[in-house]
Amino acid sequence: MPANRFNAFTDYGIGLGLRVPHYAHILEKKPTCDWFEIISENFMVDGGRPLHVLDQILEQYRVVQHGVSMYFGSADKPDRTHLRKLKSLVKRTKTPWLSDHLCWGSVDGTYTHDLLPMPYTFAAAKRTAEKIRYVRDFLEVPICVENVSSYAEFHQSEMTEWEFLSEVVERADCGILLDVNNIYVSSKNHEFNPYDYLNGVPHDRVGQIHVAGHTKFEKYILDTHDHPVLDPVWKLYAHAIQKAGVTATLLEWDDKIPSFDEVHDEAMKANRFIAGAREAQSPKKRAVAKA
Amino acid sequence: MTPVGLKAPPRHAPKRLATEADLRALQRMMLRALVEPLTDDDDLAPRWHDGRPMAEVAAEFIKPNDRLSSVDRLQIYARCYWYRLIDCVYDDTPGLRAMLGEKKFSALVRAYLAKYPSRSFTLRNLSSRLAQFIREEPRWTKPDTALAHAIACFEWAQTVAFDGEARPVLTPDDLADAPPAKLRLALQPYLTLFALDWPVDDYVIAVKQRETLRSEASNVIERGPRAVSRKVVPRPRRKKTFIVVHRYNLKLYYKRIEAPAFKILTALAAGRTLADSVEAAGRNAKPEQVREWFATWMELGWFCKP
Ligand SMILES: [Fe+2]
Repeated sequence: MPANRFNAFTDYGIGLGLRVPHYAHILEKKPTCDWFEIISENFMVDGGRPLHVLDQILEQYRVVQHGVSMYFGSADKPDRTHLRKLKSLVKRTKTPWLSDHLCWGSVDGTYTHDLLPMPYTFAAAKRTAEKIRYVRDFLEVPICVENVSSYAEFHQSEMTEWEFLSEVVERADCGILLDVNNIYVSSKNHEFNPYDYLNGVPHDRVGQIHVAGHTKFEKYILDTHDHPVLDPVWKLYAHAIQKAGVTATLLEWDDKIPSFDEVHDEAMKANRFIAGAREAQSPKKRAVAKA
Repeated sequence: MTPVGLKAPPRHAPKRLATEADLRALQRMMLRALVEPLTDDDDLAPRWHDGRPMAEVAAEFIKPNDRLSSVDRLQIYARCYWYRLIDCVYDDTPGLRAMLGEKKFSALVRAYLAKYPSRSFTLRNLSSRLAQFIREEPRWTKPDTALAHAIACFEWAQTVAFDGEARPVLTPDDLADAPPAKLRLALQPYLTLFALDWPVDDYVIAVKQRETLRSEASNVIERGPRAVSRKVVPRPRRKKTFIVVHRYNLKLYYKRIEAPAFKILTALAAGRTLADSVEAAGRNAKPEQVREWFATWMELGWFCKP
């Protein structure tokens, strides 16, 4: 149930983001961690320390690549040099799947380094799906696209965000990296019911889940990844794995990063909900439920 | 001024997105709003590049809600854009920042990013054109433009030395039978040679040490008066200085070299033969000294095949 072709039929548990402040601890202490998510761009370099550290990590741990600059939703074509660099990293890490965001962030070769929201239109979904297929065929690895958090919506949109996500992944025949914190943040910023979102996406395509903390401002919520996960986000997570099955889960903590153990403990909280979802999934329980 | 690399956005946002061209038009429009420099209060620029009120333009594509207008929502993205990029240049150039002072440095960085938005998928390359910009627009750094340029070049070289490419190192065996009159050696791509009018290496080290002390002091601030001096690092005094920025065992190093050694390395980097390069050092370079230099450089792994 949890493993599907979008995460290459692997059965990954709870992972952590690999971050610079934790390098020394991880390399010295070799703490238990099911897998690490790396930001691909940090290792798409020509040499030096980043790749050296990565190789040491790869000797001990499983690594999954997560990108921030593919911009599947940009009108620009994927850059071949970028793709070639990414492919050589894919070969190095042997990532079972690769994720990046359902967003745009560059036009005509100028980059914002942000994850900008899409206009939810059929034309944009078609274009985005074509690009995902192109990238997947080039990299020869399954792709999961992640929903981003947003602070703005476009007049030009023709559907809801979750309809757009569904349209894109069905057209591209790719997986979803479901970020439940982003769903929560956007639901507050755009006043929709986050459970409508969770119920509205194709669950069999969910290859990975992100949980994270965020920051509440007076008039909007910013996806800052600098806090523990909030209760309503854990609730959404519990619902997500009830729907999608127990899925590879990653805690994102990118700013004001505490000790490795603190981040690890926070991530392990996901186990509370995983146990519940496992039970609900077990054949015995299902048989009882049916009866 | 149009930022370098940007294509003109449409005058109005497309009402419907029926094609890829419409999508591109909308994205060009939003990008054009984001790259417009913020006001002195860090608000979104009040006017679109063609002079129309930004609020009017934002309303063409961004939906308002009951808490935020279209332009408020666009402003969230504009601030994120500018803060992210400014932070990145700050991290890359502590020495330049210390030399210029906070106010001047901030104005320089904003002017730089306004002219040269990022053209790379990675923020690693964001400061790559800063030195060039300092030369092109000296008004942001005058009367210290030459020093600012030197520091900016020096700090960029650190990025290159940190994760630049390392090619297979030439060993003494590779060179054993090659006649010096024909032999050409290339320098590692991660290595940069400098002939500067200031000891910028010492200056940057002093600035970094001060920052470390400061951050340590701020951790103990609750426990007593600040023990560490807040004195600024004195500006470097003019002195011809030859430096190689490189890495060894994955660590960054600044190595001082002598003028003839600099001449040899520059000649090799320019593709001249070993014999020509040594010749370029002039008569001041004694043969045994040159041999010693080469032994060190070989050991440091500076040479690779051209
Ligand atoms: Fe995420």
